[in-house]
Amino acid sequence: MNIFFFLTLLIFPLSSMASDSSSKNFAALIFGIFVLVTLLITYFASKKNFNKSNYYAAGGKISGLQNGLAIAGDYMSAASFLGISGLVFFSGFDGLIYSIGFLVGWPIILFLIAEKLKNLGKYTFADVTSTRLTQSKIRILSASGTLVTVIFYLIAQMVGAGSLIQILFGLPYYYAIWIVGLLMIIYVSFGGMIATTWVQIIKAILLILGATALAVMVLNDYSFSIGKLLEEASNVHPEKKSILYPGKLISDPISAISLGVALIFGTAGLPHILMRFFTVPDAKSSRISAFYATTFIGYFYILTFIIGFGAIIFLTNNNDYLDPNNNLIGSNNMAAIHLSHALGGDIFLGFISAVAFATILAVVSGLTLAGASAIGRDFYVYVIKKGKSDEKKEILVSKISSVFLGIIAIVLGIIFQGQNVAFMVGLAFAVAASTNFPILFLTISWKNLTTNGAMYGGFIGLFSALLFVFLGPTVWVETLGFKNAIFPYKYPGLFSMSISFFSIIIISLIDKKNRDEKRFMELTKKSYLESK
Amino acid sequence: MNKKINDNNLEKLIFYSNLISYLLSFIVLILYFSFILILGFKPELFHKTLPNSSITYGIFSGLFIIIISVFLTFIYVVLSNLFLDKLKK
Repeated sequence: MNIFFFLTLLIFPLSSMASDSSSKNFAALIFGIFVLVTLLITYFASKKNFNKSNYYAAGGKISGLQNGLAIAGDYMSAASFLGISGLVFFSGFDGLIYSIGFLVGWPIILFLIAEKLKNLGKYTFADVTSTRLTQSKIRILSASGTLVTVIFYLIAQMVGAGSLIQILFGLPYYYAIWIVGLLMIIYVSFGGMIATTWVQIIKAILLILGATALAVMVLNDYSFSIGKLLEEASNVHPEKKSILYPGKLISDPISAISLGVALIFGTAGLPHILMRFFTVPDAKSSRISAFYATTFIGYFYILTFIIGFGAIIFLTNNNDYLDPNNNLIGSNNMAAIHLSHALGGDIFLGFISAVAFATILAVVSGLTLAGASAIGRDFYVYVIKKGKSDEKKEILVSKISSVFLGIIAIVLGIIFQGQNVAFMVGLAFAVAASTNFPILFLTISWKNLTTNGAMYGGFIGLFSALLFVFLGPTVWVETLGFKNAIFPYKYPGLFSMSISFFSIIIISLIDKKNRDEKRFMELTKKSYLESK
Repeated sequence: MNKKINDNNLEKLIFYSNLISYLLSFIVLILYFSFILILGFKPELFHKTLPNSSITYGIFSGLFIIIISVFLTFIYVVLSNLFLDKLKK
């Protein structure tokens, strides 16, 4: 296990070497402590990871509150912390549209799937679909849905990580990508779900504390009145009052609805989130964890809103943070980071930077574990070995897959350097909403669903989401340089999800002879009662 | 829901938990999509401000949806813990 200590030693001197101010030293110190603690956890977890239950589901021993924090940690990525506060800084109200969409998926997850997931499944959401559908077929689809979602999400996170760390710590892009990639491989392959969960919990607490402190410092100057804060912000912002109501983000109703659909139902189909519901002991804890997660996430989005408006007040016209063209140094995504410096000086900037780095690390680890489980369990054991594989081999394949995914993330992170990858998060959500969510939802609620319906319909949903993004304005026009988009909307969610549901239902109805009502009844019974 | 499950309690459990789950989901979706539809079709509705404040209807309803979502998950947990869990026995 010397590798853990070796790595920590490596990070300390290099990050302080690369830094030139006290904030960077402090950030490196805080981040160094975070890495040290999480590697220690990984070291202890690695001694326990001899069985599947520990590796995939932390032995089912995570409490409701802990899991709520871990889920919130998985969901509050650097993209939502820096991205949404940056969007609010840039355009005010429009930033709120994203936060609401990201949040509203949560009550739906709690009401419709959280408990049933725990009662029906063991380690991956494909366990749930295969309680009534034919394993080998449906797991190909679930594994594909998981991997596509995970890989696009990973690329977006890695590219964001590289450029963010470059700005925050002054490290070269490649170096940052390698640090993130290697640490994530170590957490996931040695520490499994136990380490990944604790990394997530620690990071969630740090992020909530940091964001709270930032918001309190902003509100403190406006006697804790949102009204006064908004008034001052609209006086300062070049677009004045118009930042307080809908702006350019939503240009037409169809796009608005389509974005909303992808955000809500995509959340309910994100594999790394769904996986967390298996780490608790029973359905009641699963319910409670979804409640805590919703509370933390909701609170966090209100904070990012306050932080964004605070940034308008404290950073606009402040030459310390603007480049000669009057843009924020290092892009709008740096709004929260600069604000921490403006309000709390070098030390607080260091703290927030370290938290942002820890956030990226934790989120990519969660994603990698979900992807590795899809390969090791769904694909290797049930598709290739037809369910006949021993536990040791299954874990070994999952661990190798996590290394493999880590390397893919590093390579893709380097390939996509400097590209606009924001659409990839949207794509991940669209695929999750058009593949994972429909099959999961129909598995637990529709008695006429058949394996063929779910599999072919699910693949149609998957490919239509990919195709619509490819032919849409972001890839076809902005990336490939064609003049007009073949698919006119930026967000394909509404269309690809409808196509998916429609195909699954039609194919299942045609495939009447393979209907299995008995298995559906057993599933229904099991989904409402504890599985012990 | 299904006649072949003879257990009375189970039928009751399924009925009430579906009722609660779908009703609450429906409320959340209605609130959210009304917000989205106003954004899409009549964004000017969100321009007005609350009396004596800089808070616009848009910002108010946005923050309201976040808070009500958290509140509804709380309601769901209370109903499940106090009522539905008893039917499971």
